[in-house]
Amino acid sequence: MSVTSVPFWRDVKKLGLLAQVAAAVLALGLTAFLVVTAFRGMVARGIPFTFAFLGAEAGFTISEGSLLAIEDGRLVWRPFRPTDTYLAAFVTGLMNTLRVAVIGIVVATSLGVFVGVGRLAKNGLLSSLSFAYVELVRNTPLLLQMFFWYFAVFLNLPAAREAAAWYGGLIVSNQGAFLPWPRVTGSLGPFLLVLVLAAVAAVVGHRWGRATARGGLFGLVGFFVVAAAGIAVVGLPFTLSYPEMGRFRIAGGTTLSPEFAAVLLSLVIYTAAFVAEVIRGAIQSLHAGQTEAARALGLTYGQTMRLVVLPQAVRIAIPPIGNLHLSLMKNTSLAVAVGYPDLFNVYRTIGNQSGRSLEGVVIVMIVYLALSLLISGAINAYNRRVMRTWGG
Amino acid sequence: MRAAIAGAREHLFSGPLNTLVTLLTAGLLYAVGRPIVTWALSEARWDVIPRTARLLAIGPYPPQEAWRVWLSLALVLGCAALSVVAARARRRSLVRRLPVPAWLAALAVSVALVAAVPTNLWGGMFLTLVLTVASLAIAFPLGVLLALGRTSDLPIVRILSTAFVELMRGVPLVSVLFLAWLMVPLFVPENWRSPQVVRAIIGFALFNAAYYSEYVRGGLQGVPKGQHEGAWALGLSPTVTLLHVVLPQAIRSVIPGLVGQSITAFKNTSLVVIIGLLDLLGITQSILANPNFLGLERELYLFLMVLYFAFSSLLSYGGRRLEQSMGLGSR
Repeated sequence: MSVTSVPFWRDVKKLGLLAQVAAAVLALGLTAFLVVTAFRGMVARGIPFTFAFLGAEAGFTISEGSLLAIEDGRLVWRPFRPTDTYLAAFVTGLMNTLRVAVIGIVVATSLGVFVGVGRLAKNGLLSSLSFAYVELVRNTPLLLQMFFWYFAVFLNLPAAREAAAWYGGLIVSNQGAFLPWPRVTGSLGPFLLVLVLAAVAAVVGHRWGRATARGGLFGLVGFFVVAAAGIAVVGLPFTLSYPEMGRFRIAGGTTLSPEFAAVLLSLVIYTAAFVAEVIRGAIQSLHAGQTEAARALGLTYGQTMRLVVLPQAVRIAIPPIGNLHLSLMKNTSLAVAVGYPDLFNVYRTIGNQSGRSLEGVVIVMIVYLALSLLISGAINAYNRRVMRTWGG
Repeated sequence: MRAAIAGAREHLFSGPLNTLVTLLTAGLLYAVGRPIVTWALSEARWDVIPRTARLLAIGPYPPQEAWRVWLSLALVLGCAALSVVAARARRRSLVRRLPVPAWLAALAVSVALVAAVPTNLWGGMFLTLVLTVASLAIAFPLGVLLALGRTSDLPIVRILSTAFVELMRGVPLVSVLFLAWLMVPLFVPENWRSPQVVRAIIGFALFNAAYYSEYVRGGLQGVPKGQHEGAWALGLSPTVTLLHVVLPQAIRSVIPGLVGQSITAFKNTSLVVIIGLLDLLGITQSILANPNFLGLERELYLFLMVLYFAFSSLLSYGGRRLEQSMGLGSR
């Protein structure tokens, strides 16, 4: 029997190969076309694509934020100056983005967990209040909420001169919020040593308590006991500095600009509503039999929550909450609309001033992409650890 | 009455902890709610909303041409009503076949009507809706293609689709909008105009396509292997299998996610403020910059929140109806 060969136009393998080559040629051709056209267009407009501008002097000011710089061979943390380079301006913007993103992620997650549990509370008032909050916040644009907090709330607060100092030193005015803040007055060395010792105690306590499934508790107790003892010996190297109304401006404490406060508050309130939904969904997705069986075995309500419900709910909730952290980080870019100098806002200034908008947006996208990969890597690592600890 | 009291006791005062929670919540509600209600009833100048209603609805669209927008709106609403009627009509009746040609005709006429006014005069809720509908209409087919590419057996196709989707999902929407805003003019011939509205639609479409594609990919993965094999055994060609067996099931199963993403896309159109378009939020910002309307931020922003809330709720209601009509969760 002779083997008749399949003609190549009916051979699935060869057709697949052909399709791939066609796709590759198409994609490469399209990319090449786009890049070449873009370059031609830019050259025709007299602005060739180059990153050389990064070393040039920026010449503008950034309203807040600091960067790590090398001065006289030493690393220093200092505010941005107009004589710095465009690169330094980008770094300052990135620092501001990270500042608002990190604080926002921590606060939004905590608030979201409270609201999510609140939605499931037996108390009718609390659950309907949580429900109203979640629905209202999730169904309106974040940018609108940011504008509301900035233009309608923070800029309408009384001027610093008329603003009363509340709660022992908190001053809230249209120039920002002023809070008491620790200021370094002693030497940091012994204090850091105490912190290291306390961390060691925490690890030891965790190991020790693991046998009774209370490692976390033992670790915490170890940390605080050692830290308290150490601080009692070496003393705190900080004193609390209170903001006070001076002749022209408020001195002491620390300042949150209205821009920072509006961006942070709107991101926290917006993201917390989504976190709350994830938490509620995770708890509700557990089979009611889990709780009933735990109670039937004689576990108390607290034990049921701690040993049965939460470990399973956390496992379900971690990936979506990680995605919410990611979108909070990306949403900080809306800060440009209220004038907080985050990475995107600084980029806009640089683009306007140097004419390097396209190069700038490429840099910005690469930085955000790197941050996204970093956060999703961290989520995945944490997720794996949780799955290991609490089983799959 | 007695039942109500018993219910309140059960839900609000069943124990000391519950009573404490009730009192704390009520205190918070009172502390926050009282000044807001007082302001809304006595101080707020709500008359700003009727005074700016036309701007909020259509922005700087010339008033003498406004009939174009209203007529288009009437056409679209008429088609929607026709669709509802058709959905209830008998199978194989004439009414059943009407909606598709009616929608196509209405859309073509609407576009021709409103496009008589240059796009830089478009604004308000009208522009917000145009941005949403146009960008999603491009994003959906593109998203399906990307999802197919990402699940393809061909490595090059898969890598390219994955790279595009991950790039779009890893960067903020504002930067994609900006990229489109900067780059689209470079790609069109010099003598073509590329209106800002079109650039924004392209940016939104690329961004939303990546998010849509992830939902569709999830749906594709959920289609049982037997469906492919069954279609194959029946002698259906791969294209027919895809279009008539796999995709309908895949897309139907992820309708809730797609609707959620569409609502997000609707809210996200407000970002065009940053590139200077006068959508609902943008026109509000320029109204507030007018000396006649100084200090009315709270009134206008709260009204906008109500509007966005109402539209989002409408969309999610529509989504639930769509799920029901597709028999999601009941087959």
